[in-house]
Amino acid sequence: MIVSRRTKEKLIIAALVALTGAAVAPLFWIIGSIVWNGISVMSLEFLTSLPAPFGSSGGGIGNAILGTLIINLFASGLGIPLGILTGIYLAEYAHDSRMGSTVRTIVESLSGVPSLVIGLFAFTLIVLSFRHYTGVAATLALGIMMIPLVAKATEESMRVVSDDLREAGMALGIPKYNITTRIVLSMAKGGVISGSLLAFARISGETAPLLFTALFSFYWPTGIDQPMATLQVLIYNYAISGFADWVAKAWGASLLLVLLVITINVAVRYLGRKKYEGA
Amino acid sequence: MSLSGSKGISKILGIGIVAVVLVAAGLIYYTQSMGAEQPATITAGGASFPYPLISKWVSEYNKLHPAVQITYQSVGSGAGQNGLFAKTFDFAGSDAPLKDSQMEQNPGILHIPETGGGIVVAYNIPNIGSGMNLTADVIAKIFQGNITKWNAPEIAAINPALTLPDLNIVVIRRSDSSGTTNGFTSYLKNASSVWILGSGTTVNWPVGIGASGNNGVASTLQQTPGGVGYLEFFYAKNNSIPFAKVMNRNGQFVEPTLTSISGALGAAAPLLSSDVRASVVNMPGDGVYPISVFTYILVYKDLSYMPEAKAKAVANFLWWIIHDGQSYSESLLYPRLPSSVVTVAEANLKQLTYNGRPLL
Amino acid sequence: MNKKSIFFKDSAFKYLVGGSSLIVVAFFVMIFVMLAVRSYPSIANDPLMIFGSTWDVNSGIYGGIPAILGTLASSAIAVALAVPISLGMSVFFTEYAPRRVRAALSIVIDMLATIPSVIFGIWGLWIVAPLVKTYVQDPIVGSIGFIPLFSGPAYGLSLFLASLVLTFMIVPIISSLTISLLSTTPVELREAMISLGATRWEVVRHVALPFSKLGIFASIILALGRALGETMAVTMVIGNSFVWPFSSISLFSPASTITSKIASELYEAVDVLHVSSLVELGLILLVITLLVNSSARLVITRISRRNASG
Repeated sequence: MIVSRRTKEKLIIAALVALTGAAVAPLFWIIGSIVWNGISVMSLEFLTSLPAPFGSSGGGIGNAILGTLIINLFASGLGIPLGILTGIYLAEYAHDSRMGSTVRTIVESLSGVPSLVIGLFAFTLIVLSFRHYTGVAATLALGIMMIPLVAKATEESMRVVSDDLREAGMALGIPKYNITTRIVLSMAKGGVISGSLLAFARISGETAPLLFTALFSFYWPTGIDQPMATLQVLIYNYAISGFADWVAKAWGASLLLVLLVITINVAVRYLGRKKYEGA
Repeated sequence: MSLSGSKGISKILGIGIVAVVLVAAGLIYYTQSMGAEQPATITAGGASFPYPLISKWVSEYNKLHPAVQITYQSVGSGAGQNGLFAKTFDFAGSDAPLKDSQMEQNPGILHIPETGGGIVVAYNIPNIGSGMNLTADVIAKIFQGNITKWNAPEIAAINPALTLPDLNIVVIRRSDSSGTTNGFTSYLKNASSVWILGSGTTVNWPVGIGASGNNGVASTLQQTPGGVGYLEFFYAKNNSIPFAKVMNRNGQFVEPTLTSISGALGAAAPLLSSDVRASVVNMPGDGVYPISVFTYILVYKDLSYMPEAKAKAVANFLWWIIHDGQSYSESLLYPRLPSSVVTVAEANLKQLTYNGRPLL
Repeated sequence: MNKKSIFFKDSAFKYLVGGSSLIVVAFFVMIFVMLAVRSYPSIANDPLMIFGSTWDVNSGIYGGIPAILGTLASSAIAVALAVPISLGMSVFFTEYAPRRVRAALSIVIDMLATIPSVIFGIWGLWIVAPLVKTYVQDPIVGSIGFIPLFSGPAYGLSLFLASLVLTFMIVPIISSLTISLLSTTPVELREAMISLGATRWEVVRHVALPFSKLGIFASIILALGRALGETMAVTMVIGNSFVWPFSSISLFSPASTITSKIASELYEAVDVLHVSSLVELGLILLVITLLVNSSARLVITRISRRNASG
């Protein structure tokens, strides 16, 4: 039986649509599940109070929300500056030099290191040495994770800036560091900000490194040197707790986390589009 | 496009201001927490068996004494014991009392019975609710892998009223070193003639999947149609997981309830007065639930190795839980300590010392 | 501003950016060093122990082969499942989808890529696991369960479920790269085929795909690297036991990966040998993922070199 090429084409389209459906269905399924299960838990008490003890209902995830924000802020304080500076180096100073290509290879390799391993590094460096679970180690791990993301975004947005501008600057006698920061960087600013925001969103979802650095806590954060609750670790602990009230709260926390991450991504997309429309 | 300096300057200023604000916020936040009264942070951990109750105690005690922040990690009795030996835990929870060999290697540890509870045999069988009848021998055979289907004749024989499905039994047991395992296997060793795996915080399970902690067993059981597992009463009840009636020493099929469990512990209390580590499973008595155990807080007698404020906090907290704390027990389905057991616990707590002086 | 101060500021800036790059390099090196140092107690005790098949904390035996195999197997299966799905979607995207559908699809792909792992985990654990067990695993065990790979009993939380969840996590990676590769097939080649009367699918099959072959291959390796290191989703759905592969080779039995082992045991590990064995597992994972990712990079370099010269 000879199948006509037309029919074959139609069958193939059907198969492709099916495969596409398989690829995208999880997104809707996940978001649907989260909204369905998480909405019912939402309340002001949920967002602002401390967790109730295991086995009792009530309470909330206030300390986890605060903890996530604090750790993210500190991690950004480490990761964004280092990332931007490294990105500047790669874009402007690293041409055709051995150090330059080494740095580039290493930054790329760093982005491939699993987050668990980076957390393990912070664990061995800080937690084991001081025999103390601490948010500082979490900050270190998450900060290191941000570096390749921010560096790559910075480098790419600076590379796009036309060399004409650099040459014009040099012709005018402007020193290199000024050219780099005031001209190139300010033109690349959109890409750098997007990259930083995306990196922030990325670490908001990272859980593995926190499991043995910041650990968890049932109290308000008392200092970055202490264990701290975070949304991500709360979701993990509560989801596997086998305790119905906690599992419900895990869905609520998941809803918050997904909202945070999606909002940042949508904002970055919107900023990007605005830039093109404006130009 | 202008190259005027003002744009560049304002951009640098902007970045600078943001950076300064971030750093300042961080510093303010940090120093504020340092300047405030330093909380006594106590780190403890161990058995998941009493975790709901200990969790409640920690929370209530913190309301009475805000400066005392206790974190109890539900990591299992074995990990709790190891944590205490390593002194990474200030006190530990363990359903299993220390063995003689452990007491020789780690002298000077007190056993404080702080509560007790029932270990239930729970299952996940479609259309079958709570109340299946089981005997020690049948339970032993299930967990040893001798009985592999729910409609096996041994199970059907003692459950004439139930239509059991042709479903594979999936055994769920503890993967971590567990006092609940210790209680469960001690019961089987005591009550069944066919149990060959012995007793202890871990045994060589021939079948089944391992779950971590009582909550892990609860969670896995809920995911696994055909599953059977042993876990503490509150975990099963709270998650509405059906559980079995177990035949006691008197030949009755007893449902685990607060009453039947309290009855067992009440009958067992005198045993503790002579030996705080006595095994109390399979007690004789009318309406007594046979798989009931006490659970202990383990703490070093001499607390001079920790700061004095912390040692005092530990001692006061432990005194509180065996007295005022008991009022929270029954709402979480843990029986109150019989008064003779409270006496035993008090006597042990009074041995706590700091630099030679008793703490209580 | 005089020449000297300009020169000084230029140098200072150069050292600033160069210095921070070196700090990043230092971090990378330190990761290796610290992991090696902290696994030393385990290596010194018995270098081959980590390659044993039993992990028993209470007896002090730390053989991690089931976890290592679990990492490799779950990632391999995930890649095998993800490739047809991703390629299918990418071809649909580039050749057949109308513009609006393409816009919607690219948003969906982006979003999937940003969903945190722990969210995949909670979804996998509470929503997918019971469904997979009842509607996928049980029927398969019932019909072809005599094949050891698919034998019962069927546990919902299993190697199979972990591979499935991983598949959906890496589909966006392969898809986005493949889409950009397929879109950049030279127009002349396409037009040549079309002028010969080829259908769209034939253009794809005989021109676009072969042309992008290397790049697609690289994206697959990158996705593999990502799957190997994935922690939370896997830990929550894989069952965390050493049943697979030595007690039962069935895909439907619980298993462990390096990541699930470390994630579930490290925070409560007290014994030095226990901690260092877990760190050693982490070191093994680091080496594996670096090897995989470097090979992807080598392939990509080869492509860009070929494109530059050709």
